[in-house]
Parts: sequence; structure tokens; C-alpha cells
Amino acid sequence: MNIENKILKQTSLEKLVVKLKEEGKQIFAPVKKNDVVEFAGISTLQEMAEDYIVTVQSAKAFAFPKVETLFDFQLTKENVNIVEKDLNAIPETILLGARPCDAAGFESLNAIFTWDNLNDNFFVERLKKMIIIAISCSKADGRCFCTSVNGNPGATKGSDILLTKIDNGNYLAEIITEKGKAIATKYADLFETAPEVDKNKFIADVPVKFDLKTILEKIPGAFENSLWVKQSLRCISCGACAYVCPTCACFDIQDIHNGHDGHRKRSWDSCGFGLFTIHTSGHNPREVQSQRWRQRVMHKFAYMPERQQVVGCVGCGRCSRGCPVDMNLKEHLINLAEEVAK
Amino acid sequence: MSQENIYKPYLMRIESIAEEAPFVKTFRLKFVNEEDANNFTFKTGQFGEYSVIGEGESTFCIASSPTKKGYIECTFRQAGKVTSALYRRDIGDIIGFRGPYGNIFPIDEWKGKNLLFIAGGIALPPMRSVIWNCLDLRENYKDVTIVYGAKSVADLVYKEELREWDHRPDVKLITTVDPGGETPDWKGKIGFVPTVLSQEVTTSDNTIAIVCGPPIMIKFTMPVLEKLGFKNEDIYTTLENRMKCGFGKCGRCNVGKVFICKDGPVFTLKQMKDMPDEY
Amino acid sequence: MDSVKKKAKELLENQSVNLIIGYGEGSDQNARAIFISKADEVDQLIYDERCVQNLAFYLMKHEVKHLGKLGIVAPLPVMRTILQIASECQIKEDNIVVLGITPKGELIESAGFKDIENYIATCDLDLPANEKEIIAKLDAMTMEERWAFWTNELSRCIKCYACRAACPMCYCTRCQVECNNPQWITVEATPMGNLEWHFMRAMHLTGRCVNCGECGRACPLKIPINLLTYKTVMTVKSQFNIVAGTLANMDSVLSSYKTDDKENFIR
Repeated sequence: MNIENKILKQTSLEKLVVKLKEEGKQIFAPVKKNDVVEFAGISTLQEMAEDYIVTVQSAKAFAFPKVETLFDFQLTKENVNIVEKDLNAIPETILLGARPCDAAGFESLNAIFTWDNLNDNFFVERLKKMIIIAISCSKADGRCFCTSVNGNPGATKGSDILLTKIDNGNYLAEIITEKGKAIATKYADLFETAPEVDKNKFIADVPVKFDLKTILEKIPGAFENSLWVKQSLRCISCGACAYVCPTCACFDIQDIHNGHDGHRKRSWDSCGFGLFTIHTSGHNPREVQSQRWRQRVMHKFAYMPERQQVVGCVGCGRCSRGCPVDMNLKEHLINLAEEVAK
Repeated sequence: MSQENIYKPYLMRIESIAEEAPFVKTFRLKFVNEEDANNFTFKTGQFGEYSVIGEGESTFCIASSPTKKGYIECTFRQAGKVTSALYRRDIGDIIGFRGPYGNIFPIDEWKGKNLLFIAGGIALPPMRSVIWNCLDLRENYKDVTIVYGAKSVADLVYKEELREWDHRPDVKLITTVDPGGETPDWKGKIGFVPTVLSQEVTTSDNTIAIVCGPPIMIKFTMPVLEKLGFKNEDIYTTLENRMKCGFGKCGRCNVGKVFICKDGPVFTLKQMKDMPDEY
Repeated sequence: MDSVKKKAKELLENQSVNLIIGYGEGSDQNARAIFISKADEVDQLIYDERCVQNLAFYLMKHEVKHLGKLGIVAPLPVMRTILQIASECQIKEDNIVVLGITPKGELIESAGFKDIENYIATCDLDLPANEKEIIAKLDAMTMEERWAFWTNELSRCIKCYACRAACPMCYCTRCQVECNNPQWITVEATPMGNLEWHFMRAMHLTGRCVNCGECGRACPLKIPINLLTYKTVMTVKSQFNIVAGTLANMDSVLSSYKTDDKENFIR
């Protein structure tokens, strides 16, 4: 589908939010609460935060929630009854104000959850029911590096509609997918014809910091490099980076029950945790942090590119912002690129 | 296929329980749902996620051969939360099974060759499936030799099967226990598996070796095989790692870019030498 | 910092320590932990109001510990942590050189833990006014309001365990949440499960927390978890007149029994 350009006035966007809410859709947008900007349900555009780079957590929870019930069960003395979740009951969700990096993150997640034609339908159905109305970034900070990983503050990848604020406060609306077109058509009176607009004038400047090509070529051979030890010395082995990351998908499966009924749940996990790979025997293939740090970086920049043909990073910088000890991934990647190029 | 829940297990009823060794049991499982039983197929080498629903899942190979219809078997040692819960199950109880996952032993490629199976201790279960599969298609293969050892006589699993293999004229079975593990009436060999292997096997000619055992056994067995002239691509093993999903999504079992659950668990030594040393 | 750098240089030159843990420049004008092993690296050491991370965590990190004898730049919270973990037998006095520093970054001359104890005895260890104010506000709430406050805050928790990881007192090699036989605390981030986790952690820190605030700072969602442990600090002080991290040899508050303990809970 060719991308169609429209203009969405500020007032029209306000009306659009109201209309979509009236339709019964759930709308989530970045909302500021106590100094923290996170996705939350909104009913009016006014509730949406204005001045933010990205939300603290990514939007992945809308397709890959922090806890997903895989099925319920009932236990009796003689029998076990499994009760499945009705995936048709997943409501349509609109993500307004996601950034281009958020939208791009879903491609990486999708590559994992549909790898080799084995579909995790919880993820697939949630993504199907999601409409992403992303907003381009007019500013970035020192942690952003989307342009170094094939991204861009005004990229359309993964979004259904991309809004870019242009100089009179109104938005250039790029209608990208069929889902986006459906909205633009239904509310055609809100979407006006667009004149020629140079989008790039309104988008943040994010200089490229490292050569991705070098990293992708050389990192598979860097398994034994001593850099991993140096870089991971200050890491404290929490899961903050993995949990706020839009492309991290590692998960745990646990059963809980009260004796007669319960659930099997899938929840977020992190390869950075010390016990992530521990065997029941006590043997741990990744017992020191340098091995776990290496796994994290190589999974994103070596294994995923080779096995799933996607880079497992969108350069949003959330991991760096969320890290308690300043493990700045961008900085580490710059060092890595220099090191492997030697 | 759309809307299918890949995390949902089959319900299996425990038809029989065999106590193999201290803390080691074999379950024979039948599908509760007949339609599941009719549709289910697997190939030798594959594994599944077995669960006590309510306690969690655990990864074991399918220990029975695909040539046996109507049931699957698994053998496990009580070690942690889930295996302890499994250990406490009774005949008639229902457990969960997800599978089959993983790749297979390429037994079709082995037609016309000699087969040398080498296993230690609790690692015989992953091999039992492929041994029986080959024995059930015995005419496809030439000489079949099984070298199996354990720490002590009590630790040998599948004692019934060992007796059966011992009595078959078309199988050469060599059993051994570690020095000090023998009982007064022990008639088999005494010695570590790699040592016994080097004494009993003299050629690698037209032979495929399939090895499974604890890391220390593998460490000392590989040099013996290499000395005998086995090529790396003719030595097979089955690996394990901590798993959760079993199908390549939870990000836990990979060694480098190789996912033990998807690219394995069956690997040749040649493939293993390409894997980084992190398992 | 000159006195500190001088001392650090000496220690590395005469190989009294293999590694010095301190603060250095980080990303975007933040400070971060640095590890220096050569004498010419001491100029990287800084100390200013950005240097708040509790470096004592690294004294127990396996990968750092086994690099040899450690020196550590230690502002007050770090000094207190060191005494507390020494009191819990996690570090030995002769394995570590403490480069204690005043709030202005001047070196506190010390030959060992006794000198650190003496310095700490001169410090005001009370909670700062702004923290006391927040706790007073919480205390003034009704039970229902307080419950609503915490259930609301803690339902946001994603169980990333940054709070646990950043806390030097959480050094258990297998945390209670990592035990599955039995599964004491549910793995997933559910509202009730999150409450259980945080309350349990606060109880395990009672009498041990030195009020460094690292848990609250580490939380990526800015949940004020430190308020839970601060409250325990205040309660322990008022009930037992004990402040953690003041002596290198202290009985653990909740697991010591003294014949003159107040028993006003028994009537």
C-alpha cells in the first residue's frame, strides 16, 4: 500500500480521540504521572503527555504483557481440566503517541513469536488487534541511537499512521497500512489534504554513532573477546534493561494454583539474571556476568540477525535510561565496533 | 492453526510406572483424548515438556520408540520441584505433555551401517528411543553394539531392557559399572565407560557412534572415538540445557546462535565443535 | 579529592590493593562506578553531588571480589554499608582498604574499621528532613489510605529486581523469590505478588538497612520503595535504639536476644 499523506489538525486529533473512544476502542497514550511518563488509558487528547522523549517502559506490553495467562485449569482428585482463554475476546487497542522506535520494536518481537511458522497466538492476536498511531520525535537525548540501527525519528516502519507535528502545531498524518486507512476513511472529515511537507524539517537530528554493518559482520567472531568482562564489571544483574526494552522477549512459564484451580502464566524474564540458565543440578552455563552480558548483546546483534533476519535493537535508549548503574548500550556498542574492527 | 495455543499441553494418563533406579522412574503415558492419540506422531530423538499441572513443566526426551503405537514413555530422576511432583504421581493420574519438539536422529541416513551406542547412567533414556527404533527396523542396519555403564549396579536403568538386549543374538551388549560399583554376582564389566569402550571396540569402519552421558564421560569418550578413526560427522549425541518453552521463543537454551530445543537436541560432534564453549 | 587520589595512587603503586572501586564520569553528565587497577588511572576518580550510587555492592559481586584485594572510595552511606556487611561476616577487615571520604570529598585517614566507626559516630545519621516529611505524611494517612497508596504504587512494579540488585544488603546467592520448592513468592508481577515481594524484602532488611536510597533510585519506574525500608529504619531506632552500619561488630536486631529486651508486646 502506498503511503498517503494527510493533515490532521490539532483540533481534529482531539475529535478523533473522542470518536474512537465513543466507538468503544481502548486508547493508550503516554501520560505523565509523578515525573514518570508511561502508557496509560486516555479518553481525551489533553491527558496525553506533551514533552517527552520516550515512555519509561516500551509499548511491548500491549502485545506481550508482563503477565499472560496461557490457560486456566481445575484440579480434582481424578481429573485435570484445562480451560483455554478466548483470544477473540482481546479488545481492539489503539496506541497513540508511540514513537517510531516503539513501532519498529514489534517487528523484532514478531520475528521471535512467529519464528519458523510456529505462532504464539497470544502475541499474534494482540498485535492484530492493535492500531499504532505513532508520533515522530521532534527531539532526542544522548541515549537515543535509532539512526545507528536502521531506524529514524520519523520512520514509518511498524506504524499504521505516523503523525509528525509541523510548524503550526498541526500534524502531517502518513497513512501507512490498511488499518490506518480504515481510520482515515471512516473519519475522512478529520483528515485533510496535505500540501507538500518536508517531514525532515520537523524531526529530531540523531547522528549515527557507530557502523552497524561492522558490528553485524564482526560481532559473531567476538565471542572470546575480553571486552565483555570489562564492559560488564559494573552491571548489577537486575532485569531493568530487558524489561523496558521493546525487543526483549525472554520469558518464564510458571504454574500457580490454590489446590483446586489455577493458571499457567507466562511472564517476563531476563537473560541478565544470574539464575536464568541454571540447571537443576546446579550447573550454570552462564555463571558470570560477562557471559550474560555477551549473551544479551550477541543475541540482539548476532543471533537474531542470523536466525530471524532482524536486528534485536531499535536504538530507543530505554535500557540506558533505566539502568541503575549507567550501562550505556550505545557507548558499549561504539566501543565494541572499535574493538572488533581492529 | 490460527488461534491454536502452542502452550497448551496434551492430557496424558499414567498407565504404568517402573522404578528403574533410586529416584529414577519411567512412566508409560496414554493420551486421555483419543483424537490426540490418533493424530500424534514423533520421530526418535525428539523431546517434550512434561508437567504436573499446577507445579510446572520439565524437559525430558521421549524415551519410547515411535515404532510403538498408542503410548509414549519418559524416564526421569527426581531432582527439583517438578520432577519431585512427578515422582509422587500414581498410576491413573493425569499429567501434561507438550511436544514433540526438537530435531531427530537421522536413522534413515544410517541404513547399511554399523551402529555403536554408548551411554552412561541416566543418559540411557534419550538413547533408548533410538536404540529401539533401530532394533525394530533391524534389517536396515549391520552390527549393533551397545556399551552402557553406570556408577553402580543399582544405578543401571532399564534393567529389563538390558536383559532383553543381552539375550538378542543380533545385538552385542556390554554393560559396565564403575570400579567399586559392582555387586558380588555382577557378571558384566568393571571400569569406566570410556575405558571399557577402548577395550571392546576396535574399529570405526562404516560405523555411526551415538553417545550420551554426563559431561565427564563425554569428555573422555570422544578421544577414544577419535583414536578409533571416527569422523566428527559420524559421532552423534543429544544435548540438554535449561528450557522453558521448548520451541525457540523463551531465549533460554541457546549456545551461541544454536538453540538446543530447535537445532537440537541431536547434534553431531562436528556441529558441537562449531558451537561456542558455553554449556 | 586530591587526598583520595594520592592515597589511591599509593595503594596501587605499592600493590596493597589490586583494584579500587570509585566514582567516575559516566554518560550525559552522570557519575558512575569505575574500577581502576593502575596508578595512572587515579585521576579518573571524582566526587560530587552526582556520586550517590552505593558502591559497596561491588564488594560482594563475585566477578569483582575475585580480582583480589579491593580498595573502595566510601562516602558515608558506603562506609555504613561496609560496617554492616562486616558485621554480617561478609567481608574481612584485612581484605579491604576503605578510602572513607567526607561530604566534601576529603580523605578520612583510617587504619581500619575502628577509625571508620569513630568517624561515623560524629555524623548525624537521622533521616534527612525531606524524607522524614514524606514518612510523616504516610503515617498520617488512615490504614485504608496507606493500603491504597501502596497497592497503587506496587501494582506498577514489573519485578525487574533492580531494587534488590542495587541493594548491597541483598547479597543472598539464592533470594527467597528464587526458591521454588516451595514457591514462597509468586514469580509473575501481579499486584498481590508485588506487595508480598516488597514487604518481604523490607522485613529482611529490617535492622540492616543503612538508608542509602539505592533501591528507590534504581527502580526504573520510580516507585518509592525506599520509603518502606526507611520506615523500618525509623521503627528500629525507636524500638531498639539501634542504627545499622555504625559498628563492625553488631548483633542483628531481629535475631538477637538480650535479657533486658523490652517485652511490652507481651501483656
